Amino acid sequence: MAPFPIDLISTFGKFSAYLIFLLIGFLFGYVLEMAGFAKSDKLAAQFYFKDLTVLKVMFTAIVVAMAGIFLSSAVGLLDYNLVWVNPTYLWPGIVGGLIMGVGFILGGFCPGTSLTAVATGKIDGIFFVLGVIFGIFTFGESVSLFEGFFNSSYYGRLTLMDWLNLPTGVVVLIVMLMALFMFWGGEQLERIFGGRSLTKEPKLRYAGAGVLVLLAIAVLVIGQPTIEERWEILSVERGPLLEDARAYQIHPGELLGLVHNDDIKLFMFDLRSESDFNLFHIQDAENATLLDLETRVGTLRLEPSNTVFVVMSNNEELSTAAWKLLVTERLHNVYILEGGINYWLDVFDSAGTHQAQLVLRPGEDMVHFFNAALGASHPAAAPDPDLLEDLEFEPKVKLELKLGPTGGGCG
Amino acid sequence: MTTSAAIKKKLQRETKPFAHPYVAGVLLGLVLFGSFFLTGNGLGASGGLNRFIVFFEDLIVPDHVNTTPYLLEMAGGDKNPLDNWIVLVTTGVVLGGFVSGWRNGRLKFETNKGPNISNRTRWLFAFLGGGFMGFGARLARGCTSGQALSGGAVLSAGSWAFMFAVFGGAYALAYFVRKLWN
Repeated sequence: MAPFPIDLISTFGKFSAYLIFLLIGFLFGYVLEMAGFAKSDKLAAQFYFKDLTVLKVMFTAIVVAMAGIFLSSAVGLLDYNLVWVNPTYLWPGIVGGLIMGVGFILGGFCPGTSLTAVATGKIDGIFFVLGVIFGIFTFGESVSLFEGFFNSSYYGRLTLMDWLNLPTGVVVLIVMLMALFMFWGGEQLERIFGGRSLTKEPKLRYAGAGVLVLLAIAVLVIGQPTIEERWEILSVERGPLLEDARAYQIHPGELLGLVHNDDIKLFMFDLRSESDFNLFHIQDAENATLLDLETRVGTLRLEPSNTVFVVMSNNEELSTAAWKLLVTERLHNVYILEGGINYWLDVFDSAGTHQAQLVLRPGEDMVHFFNAALGASHPAAAPDPDLLEDLEFEPKVKLELKLGPTGGGCG
Repeated sequence: MTTSAAIKKKLQRETKPFAHPYVAGVLLGLVLFGSFFLTGNGLGASGGLNRFIVFFEDLIVPDHVNTTPYLLEMAGGDKNPLDNWIVLVTTGVVLGGFVSGWRNGRLKFETNKGPNISNRTRWLFAFLGGGFMGFGARLARGCTSGQALSGGAVLSAGSWAFMFAVFGGAYALAYFVRKLWN
């Protein structure tokens, strides 16, 4: 698998991991102070078009980091699916942003810059931080009054690529060009409102802009790894487990146990055609196509770590494809219903001992016959959990703790 | 020379100019990229402050923390709200800001403000603005660093909407409070 990011705590131990986080914070604070962000009057000048340092520093940082992230992802060094992307709660984000804008122009800082202001002895910074503490405290105490709004318009992990339905490279290039245009516009505003002469600005900045555009074009040309390419990287480790050890194919009995296990949150995705689904499906399973799963993965990945996903089809062909999709998207605890719905019915639809042997059938045909479209009202859709006592199978589900980031910088 | 005078001399260095915005931007971008590349997480500040507050709340009124769902997530039962990576990042920001301020001769007790208001007015508005900032940052699930900067770099749709909202809010009000800064 792509070697980065690293799970720092399990690799280096907690102490060293926390030292690295401390160092990252240190560099962050150091650069903020270097840029002059500890001075509120310099920050506020942004909003009177006199000194656009805030815009220049912030967007330069965004596009440099963006180029680095998507370039290293393109060449397979970084797994973008393990990078924390702030989940989108559209309206709380916009309203919160507007409130913060008000706070910015009244108070002259944002939370990060105010910390460096305090560190360098700015008295207005101290009052600002006290205000932030008061604001955060007030929020914590009052959020129960507007919990509904706070959790509204939730889209999970939604990227600009999903929203615009454009390839990553195109979005990276658009954002890059937009940023460069804003820098040009910002310099013009500084000339007009701040009376600054642009002739003294270093010519090197044109070279820098050129390099950034080239990096964006490189991201566009190389492209991001496809599901197949990502699976190829993952398959070194997971392939033998999937194909030889069959570590992810769970017996119908184990799935029945999961259905009745209150400690886990279970998602069952039935990949079959709608007509097969209408003839028969397991109770609470959802009919989904591969495309549905791809669009839902943004919210699914943020489910709690006690969530188990089970994919199923008539046999195992489609369900294995769905499994690969979800696994390369870095979902955890994804399993395949062994032998598919056909084997489920072999086990639960027959009277008698429920000891049907697993037959791995090729293709995706339904081998059981139905007189009517019974859906989930078929008796085998929700078998009696007492049957579990008669069933013999090897349990395979191991709840895997989440790798990678589980929260953003403000969690 | 007394020790306090010696310390003072050590802390007072020649004041150097700020870095060029694009240079600072590239450096900040490299720090941000390094953070994502190594840890999968971006940068942040308000999350750490939040956890310090919850920590003290938990010391003073643990029962209250244990019955408020939003606080419970961070500090319920035996959970230590400070046992989290973001707390280290936030602490690092303060240290880094201090060292840069010291090396560049910018450690000084002062109040930065517009020329037409008193220090007291500035302090009052700093507190007020901080209050809005803190409340808004929690509502938006992130501050300028955690949402706009970090989320912007990984192309989160919500973070970009948020970013425009922050600038929009500030620009919309700027004209009416111009006396504060001009």
